[in-house]
Amino acid sequence: MTGSTRYVLRGVAPLGGEPTDLLLADGRIAAIGIEAVTDALAEALTWDVAVPLVEIDGAGLVALPGLVDLHTHLREPGREDAETIESGTRAAAMGGFTSVHAMANTTPVADTAGVVEQVWRLGRDAGWVDVHPVGAVSVGLAGEHLAELGAMAASAAQVRVFSDDGMCVTDPVLMRRALEYVKAFDGVIAQHSQETRLTAGAQMHEGIVSAELGLTGWPAVAEEAIIARDVLLAEHVGSRLHVCHLSTAGSVDLIRWAKSRGIDVTAEVTPHHLALTDDLVRGYDPIFKVNPPLRTAADVEAVRQGLADGTIDIVGTDHAPHSREDKDCEWAAAANGMTGLETALSIVQQTMVDTGRMTWADVARVMSSAPATIGRITGGDRPQGRPLAVGEPANVTLVDPAARWTVIPEQQATASANSPFRGRELPGRVVATFLRGRATVLDGRAVPLRSADGAGAAVPASSARGL
Amino acid sequence: MRHLLSTADLDSAAAVHILDTAAQMAATQSREIKKLPTLRGRTVVNLFFEDSTRTRISFETAAKRLSADVINFSAKGSSVSKGESLKDTALTLQAMGADAVVVRHQSSGAPHTLAHSGWVDGAVINAGDGTHQHPTQALLDAFTIRRHVAMAGAAGAGAIGQLDPTGRDLAGLKIAIVGDVLHSRVARSNVLLLRTLGADVTLVAPPTLVPVGVEAWPCRVSYHLDEVLRDQQPDAIMMLRVQRERMSAGGAGGGAFFPNPLEYTRGFGLDARRLALLPEHAIVMHPGPMNRGLEISADAADSPRAVIVEQVANGVAVRMAVLYLLLAGDSAGSASTAGSASTAGSAGPRTADERTAIA
Repeated sequence: MTGSTRYVLRGVAPLGGEPTDLLLADGRIAAIGIEAVTDALAEALTWDVAVPLVEIDGAGLVALPGLVDLHTHLREPGREDAETIESGTRAAAMGGFTSVHAMANTTPVADTAGVVEQVWRLGRDAGWVDVHPVGAVSVGLAGEHLAELGAMAASAAQVRVFSDDGMCVTDPVLMRRALEYVKAFDGVIAQHSQETRLTAGAQMHEGIVSAELGLTGWPAVAEEAIIARDVLLAEHVGSRLHVCHLSTAGSVDLIRWAKSRGIDVTAEVTPHHLALTDDLVRGYDPIFKVNPPLRTAADVEAVRQGLADGTIDIVGTDHAPHSREDKDCEWAAAANGMTGLETALSIVQQTMVDTGRMTWADVARVMSSAPATIGRITGGDRPQGRPLAVGEPANVTLVDPAARWTVIPEQQATASANSPFRGRELPGRVVATFLRGRATVLDGRAVPLRSADGAGAAVPASSARGL
Repeated sequence: MRHLLSTADLDSAAAVHILDTAAQMAATQSREIKKLPTLRGRTVVNLFFEDSTRTRISFETAAKRLSADVINFSAKGSSVSKGESLKDTALTLQAMGADAVVVRHQSSGAPHTLAHSGWVDGAVINAGDGTHQHPTQALLDAFTIRRHVAMAGAAGAGAIGQLDPTGRDLAGLKIAIVGDVLHSRVARSNVLLLRTLGADVTLVAPPTLVPVGVEAWPCRVSYHLDEVLRDQQPDAIMMLRVQRERMSAGGAGGGAFFPNPLEYTRGFGLDARRLALLPEHAIVMHPGPMNRGLEISADAADSPRAVIVEQVANGVAVRMAVLYLLLAGDSAGSASTAGSASTAGSAGPRTADERTAIA
């Protein structure tokens, strides 16, 4: 690793605590503390003056462990017009992420070892973040036959998260089998909870606004009924269940109840469900069309509460880029989904930190360590979601919580412009992102991978050996 | 008023102004020569993504009576089903120079999108969008109610339709809207407009055909038609069409909204017995097309109280008024209504004066 740039982060606040210095060298966090960094640099100078050293004035910046997104749609292969693995992972880096899980609903579907290895390989080549492919639960997301879960788990991509996201695994028998089957390799089924019969033709949350707008409703019970069934299934077979993008107050209650029973369930909320409500649909702008739909203010309050009290384990972006033509049309014809990688941290700061509900340490938990743990990527040769500690891989995100910026989707790194936050001023800006010591983002700008810089390569984590 | 997308956009004064203008338009329609030169040289496009011969003909007649050029653009099955997009259709019409686009679309909100997208410059008139709104239907219903019932109190029984209702709203009237409220844009438009005009609206339907969220609507909801007829004595009863497909919605079992047509008719059909429960002066309305024997019996549909055919005629007058107000400009506002309708009908008035005269 000699030759890779070293970074001294001066005066940054790890997890929002006391400001201190961090030294990133050889892909690791080499020292923490003003004296420790001074000593380390003095020591290093004696043996290697050739390694470039960059000092970053980190006054006012919060240092977080590199963020981990368990729920990203990168669209490649198949819809490279909306996003590529290159553009999507660059967007992820810009948003402070060092790892993303790429959902399986591509074309072809990621339901074989071949496709997941392709996605994994393209992610490595791009080098912006670690890309962990999610494998489909069923062949073609059709909900009929189990995909080759074992082959995907054993592939180079080491798949541990399986999901038909976009579609619900509706058949209770198939769901049970999937939950049981992945126990063999410590996998998890990430369910898109949506009772299909109750949501035929659904366009938005069913309630006062849908009644007024004449749009077919997507009732809360359609989500809650599946969650209730699935936590009971998970309990029955003793498996791990992850609930994707829960969106209703009732879902939070169900997860709380399931956890109180000791069921091995984790839950996720998206930034947009923390921030936006169904009132926004009143203008029929399809930018606000998403699945599950935007809910009521009471639901938003419930998911914030659930995230704050730990009922909801993680924030997952459900970054869902769409081409212009899929949004530039009447509501019913539009696609579901919103981009989110580059606004997620700002939305979490705005809704959870600035409101006093969570600390930056909590943010690190819900956006880094917990999703990495669910995805089983805290170990291995490229561990993610590790604490900010000496010897850990230098996956670090620097955020300026005092900054304010206005969302202009066309200027984002994602190839699609379907951000629901267009024109909004948001707090908190990602200043720098480091992936194993390589700066993928510096001064708020993406730093392309140079062939001369080998910092993107694997670094065995000594700390991971204990896992 | 730049577009007419929803009755929610109309306040009482604006709604009354449209009704008054429609009354003047209606007056011209009893003349031998019905055509007015008001919109000569203007182009009205009827853009219909969904079949509706009645509504299209009504708009077409209205536009032609005002001397506008009318283009009928049927784009059924387009857009959602991978045909030409709404956007490209709109851009095409824009290139042809449409002054007004009358749009019927199967998707709720499509006219709203059309009006706010910047795709067309012209006025957008919602001729029915999905299960959202059908504002001209509500206006013609209000017009019909006003003509028949609103003056009944003032004039005493028997004088219905004889007095000039100009300037009046529907304050104090009780109106029942019966049937498939869930899927009805007519109901949504009427609830808002009739309430704005001061009427007291009760929706009557089986619970499966009432939307979740109805509690926010400015009306009452009942599941019992006989009770409403007996206890409220509505001044007008509006029967909604029941789509046949609602009886087997979703194709699979369990998706139907009621057990069968017979049970629906027993509970919510307007027959001779229920007709007799209505007060003397009450009128029977239906937006058409009717399912005789389902939501309305022949006894009711053909009774002297039924104003269903008149609703159709009033539809032309109301649509003339809307086209006129949107296209001929109405910067003078309601002051222009001072012009007397009786002067408006001479065969070929010149355009400048014509505007004042009509309005």
